[in-house]
Amino acid sequence: MTLGLTHFLVLSALLFSISIAGIIINRKNLIILLMSIELMLLAVNLNFIAFSHYLDDLAGQVFVFFILTVAAAEAAIGLAILVVLFRNRRSINVADLDELKG
Amino acid sequence: MWIETLIFYFFAAVTVGSALAMITLRNPVHAALLLVLTFFSSAFIWMLLEAEFLAITLVLVYVGAVMVLFLFVVMMLDINLAVLREGFARFLPVGAALALILFGMVVYAYRKAGLDAIGAPASKPADYSNTEALGQVLYTDYVFAFEVAAVILLVAIVAAISLTLRRRGDTKYQNPSEQIRVKKADRLRVIKMEAEKR
Repeated sequence: MTLGLTHFLVLSALLFSISIAGIIINRKNLIILLMSIELMLLAVNLNFIAFSHYLDDLAGQVFVFFILTVAAAEAAIGLAILVVLFRNRRSINVADLDELKG
Repeated sequence: MWIETLIFYFFAAVTVGSALAMITLRNPVHAALLLVLTFFSSAFIWMLLEAEFLAITLVLVYVGAVMVLFLFVVMMLDINLAVLREGFARFLPVGAALALILFGMVVYAYRKAGLDAIGAPASKPADYSNTEALGQVLYTDYVFAFEVAAVILLVAIVAAISLTLRRRGDTKYQNPSEQIRVKKADRLRVIKMEAEKR
C-alpha cells in the first residue's frame, strides 16, 4: 500500500469542494468567505506540490511560493477593505452591500 | 512505506475534518482557529511530498501572519451572528450537492487520466537540500517574477495602510516634529518696562 499521486490529488479535490460548499452556505458572512478562499488556494497549492514531487520538477514549488505571496497580499487588502466596510456600514453582511443596485 | 501511508491518512483526516468544521461552525473565532489547524496539518502533508521549505513557509506565513490578521479582524468587529447565519440551513443542501458533484467529476477525471502510471520519483541523496534547490532556481530562472512578488507585497502594504488609516478631527494629538523644532523666541517674550514705584 504505497502512496500515489492520486492520493494527494483526491485530498486536494476534497478540500476544494469543501471550500466551494463553504462559500455557498456562508454567503452572508464576509469573513468566512475570505477564509474559504484561503482554503481554496491551499487545495491548489497541494495540487502543485504533488505534481512537482511526482514529476520531479521544481517549477511547481516555485509557483506555490508565488501563490503564497499573492495570497498573503490578497488577505491583507481584503481584510483592510472589510475593516473599512464595517466602519462605514456597521455590518459585514454581503446582503447589505447593495449600494450599486447591481 | 506503510508508515508514510499511515501518516498521510492521519493528517488528511485532520485536514478534511477541520476544514469541514470551519465552514459549519457558528463562531468566526472558532472557524479561524480551525483554519489554522487545517494549514498546520497540510504542512505535514507537504513535508511528506518533500517540500520542506514550503511547509515551513506555510506555517510561518499563514499560521503566523495571515491567520493572526484574521483573528485580529474578527475580534475587532462587533458582528451580529444571528443575521449572518440566516439562510444557512436553506443553502446547506445546495452547497453539499454542488461540492459532491464537483468532487465526483474531479475524481472521475483522475480515474480516466490514468495518473497512477506516474510512479514515485527516485529518492534524493542524503545531502540534498530542498531550500537550496529552490533558491537555486528562484534567483536565476525566476528572478523577474521574484522581484514582481516583492513589488506586490509593497503595494499590499501601502494599500492596506492607506485604506485603514483615518484621521479624526476631534482627537487631540501631539506633533513631535514641531515640538522639537521650537525656538526660544516662540515661547518666551521679554518685556521691558519700568519698575513700579510706590
